[in-house]
Amino acid sequence: MYAALWRVLPGTRWVKAFWALVLFLVVVAILFTWVFPAIAPLLPFDRVTIDGAFAPAIGEALGV
Amino acid sequence: MRIVRGVLGVVGELLVTAGVVVLLFVAWQVGYSSLIEGREQADVAAQLQEELAKGTTTLPQLPEGPQLPGGPLVPGAVPSLDDGAVIAIIRIPRFGPDWARPVYEGISLGVLAKGPGHYPRTSLPGQIGNMAIAGHRTTHGHPFFDIDALAAGDVIVIETRSSYAVYRVARSTIVRPSQSEVVAPVPEKIGAKPTESWLTLTSCHPKFSAAQRYIVFAKLDRLVPRTAGLPPELAAAPAAPAGAAASPAAAIADPTTWPVTSSVLGGA
Repeated sequence: MYAALWRVLPGTRWVKAFWALVLFLVVVAILFTWVFPAIAPLLPFDRVTIDGAFAPAIGEALGV
Repeated sequence: MRIVRGVLGVVGELLVTAGVVVLLFVAWQVGYSSLIEGREQADVAAQLQEELAKGTTTLPQLPEGPQLPGGPLVPGAVPSLDDGAVIAIIRIPRFGPDWARPVYEGISLGVLAKGPGHYPRTSLPGQIGNMAIAGHRTTHGHPFFDIDALAAGDVIVIETRSSYAVYRVARSTIVRPSQSEVVAPVPEKIGAKPTESWLTLTSCHPKFSAAQRYIVFAKLDRLVPRTAGLPPELAAAPAAPAGAAASPAAAIADPTTWPVTSSVLGGA
């Protein structure tokens, strides 16, 4: 897969390496800008709230 | 044989790629994204403080506390706040001399991505009862990254339009996510009638996990009107750090959408 990509890239070895780096950075930019922000809320890494019915508000506790 | 080897090669490359993407995701979440969002939150807090100093603040006027038990807790005295609105500034000297973050109303993922969020319908700064605030520990600017560094006696100040509510940490605990008693009006005592003013911070535990919650309880030390000047506990911290002017105004919503609408408490 990557070997085929390497063959398709134009130029000498160093030019190929340059374009490979550019492609990699473009992919990283797309991931950082659109993909990761979209999937982050779906992952359970950093849940910080207490779940369930919240304790009664102060007014209810005081019987107001 | 050649085909099998070719297919295996592609599968291997895909697996390596997937591993690199996962590593990039970790780098994005704990490094890149948190760094940028943490700076944005600090800028928002700095801008709020600057506007407070200049008298152009758009922070909502919260009810004056403490509301004494059996006292003037009249219906309508506690406003219902707009979800996502900035309501106050939280300052924790233990996290840094000028550490300040905005506190938003609400605890949805969208709100918490902007900064610490106030559990709706829990008390407001200085009021009798329990003001509960959730904040991220490892992502989205990780405002509560060092929550486990808070020790008994540490100061937490909630700065509002009119006052500084100075709380002192009493204790911390680790609970299951379902243990809602930690945000009860009397912390850890569901149904009890509150007579004191408490502040509860909630964040995740262990870091990078959703398994448990790290909880810090702090008790109101005193409520100081803004006119009395900066509490000495914050004296080392500048009221409006330099560079505040460069903060993105766009990060703060249109002030006209922030009004505090009175409603009968418990009727919501």
